[in-house]
Amino acid sequence: MLYRENGQFKTSYAADQQIFPIAQDRWAIIGILVFAFVAVPLLVDEYLFRAILIPFLILSLAALGVNILVGYCGQITLGAGAFMAIGAYAAYNFHIRIEGMPLLVSLLLGGFTTAVVGIFFGIPSLRVRGLYLAVATLAAQFFTDWVFLRIPWFTDNSSSGSVSVSNLHVMGWQINNPVSKYLFCLGFLTIFALLAKNMTRSAIGRQWMAIRDMDVAAEVIGIRPLFAKLSAFAVSSFFIGTAGALWGFVHLASWEPAAFSVDRSFQLLFMVIIGGLGSIMGSFFGAAFIVILPIALNQILPVVGDLTGIEISTAGISHAELIIFGGLIVFFLIKEPHGIARLWSTGKEKLRLWPFPH
Amino acid sequence: MGFFLETLIGGLMAGMLYSLVALGFVLIFKASGVFNFAQGAMVLFAALAMARFAEWIPAWLGLQGSYLGTAAAFVIAGAVMFVVAWLVERLVLRHLVNQEGATLLMATLGIAYVLEGVGASVFGDDIYRINVGMPKEPVFLFEGIFPGGLLINKEDFIAALIAAVLVGLLTLFFQKTTTGRALRAVADDHQAAQSIGIPLNRIWVIVWCVAGLVALVAGVIWGSKLGVQFSLSTVALRALPVVILGGLTSIPGAIIGGLIIGVGEKLSEVYLGPMIGGGIEIWFAYQLALVFLLFRPQGLFGEKIIDRV
Repeated sequence: MLYRENGQFKTSYAADQQIFPIAQDRWAIIGILVFAFVAVPLLVDEYLFRAILIPFLILSLAALGVNILVGYCGQITLGAGAFMAIGAYAAYNFHIRIEGMPLLVSLLLGGFTTAVVGIFFGIPSLRVRGLYLAVATLAAQFFTDWVFLRIPWFTDNSSSGSVSVSNLHVMGWQINNPVSKYLFCLGFLTIFALLAKNMTRSAIGRQWMAIRDMDVAAEVIGIRPLFAKLSAFAVSSFFIGTAGALWGFVHLASWEPAAFSVDRSFQLLFMVIIGGLGSIMGSFFGAAFIVILPIALNQILPVVGDLTGIEISTAGISHAELIIFGGLIVFFLIKEPHGIARLWSTGKEKLRLWPFPH
Repeated sequence: MGFFLETLIGGLMAGMLYSLVALGFVLIFKASGVFNFAQGAMVLFAALAMARFAEWIPAWLGLQGSYLGTAAAFVIAGAVMFVVAWLVERLVLRHLVNQEGATLLMATLGIAYVLEGVGASVFGDDIYRINVGMPKEPVFLFEGIFPGGLLINKEDFIAALIAAVLVGLLTLFFQKTTTGRALRAVADDHQAAQSIGIPLNRIWVIVWCVAGLVALVAGVIWGSKLGVQFSLSTVALRALPVVILGGLTSIPGAIIGGLIIGVGEKLSEVYLGPMIGGGIEIWFAYQLALVFLLFRPQGLFGEKIIDRV
């Protein structure tokens, strides 16, 4: 009843091509943004910011990047963690080596550096695809792990191998408490998500999707695979690298290469597959699922143990977490191979027709 | 010269262990097109089962210190791997037929988590030793030829022998038995195999079973060399370059690829490592595979039909 586009007539091309053609969608998005920018900082306590909201925002940004590459361009990557690391360390080096470097600029430069490296590691995609490509990107992962662990120049010769940043501020705005960190990340995510949404519905995004659906046919109709694939690698790496820089600077503040290990890469790929390949919305769902699930399990399992009278040790809980996490992933893949985003769009379709069946 | 040969042989031994893990990958990929990331977790699970049953069974049956207890443990661990294979087919693969490669890959990662969790809660998560009675003392060979001779572990030698026998048996199984022929038929063409009456589901159980047994052998050898611990599950990541190098669908490729990677890793670590700062083993294999991929995308022995772009 409430959600349908009847009567919303488009009278100009601009109105026809806007991001959210349905008025209800527009209002919902505006509502969510207002809620996130205004209501959340007033309502939520510090623990939630630290443990859930900030990781969720940054990992959503990274998942957006992975989704551009995997979901829109069809190139599997298992090296997302490495690109996060490159972004973080590049931003770190720009930040400390150049006197008076503004924070925003060093974060974005971290992203740009990652984009360049991403293009380089995307070259194998011109020759191979699918699982072979996945292994090729794993090469990037292990190589960067080693580089940041063993080459002291990148970590500013710090003896412990971990690096840290402090005193973050943007144009006089101190980013030192959870609320300001949250708002900073949220700003980044909003702009980047808008960018991604627009990119995927413009010419370049259509090129990516053509390459994903059938590369030979795409080439025949005049899409250059080299440009399309490498641009997808570049854009996706830029997103992931910026997310990595945020993860290091804002979330961790002090980090070492282990923060961006191969597990992180798997985690990001889980997010886009569970959330939904080729869907901006899906990246958010996936990130929320993967961030919240372990924390929720951690909270729920001891309670369940108490209720049933079974004494579960701490180790037992962590094992049970592994089992349930793995089981849920398999369950989701079986029940909804197209991800949570598909459930969402099915729900929207149903809502449009409701209360009539056809 | 002696040192070079020792490094070379050490590399060959390590490479053989990689081959065993890679073999599991190849078997499953050939038969079902699934890139099984859980192979490392399967090795860990099998090794854990073996280590624990080898402790428990002698205690239950009073077979202290006899080979019978170890043999019984091996058989039971094999049975456990059979159950795992059956469950994986029943609960996961059957429902994911015809899904995309990436989805299947993620599903096997999920399986890996479950196996690690179950393994840790059933068998415990300490470091265990597997003792199958392999001699541990090193021997010197060719003392007449090189000054000081060559230092070789007897254990490594026996392990290599076991691996060779296993590969021989697998080859026989694949080439000579009816089931083996059915497996190859499924690997060639699912639909054609199904149309002549080969039951796909049973074939998948069998192939996961065989991969489980290979994982068991690999786990026992690794375990008796280095102890059974959780880092064993990352061995899958070490074996990935091997399958790329050898070709995803080739059993001899897995063996030879494993040996090349093993030797390459050790030699690069010893001769190249000091120049650029050590610890290069892990990525060197990947770069080797990557370079290979650029020039020969199907691997050493893989089938030509690869999606080339």
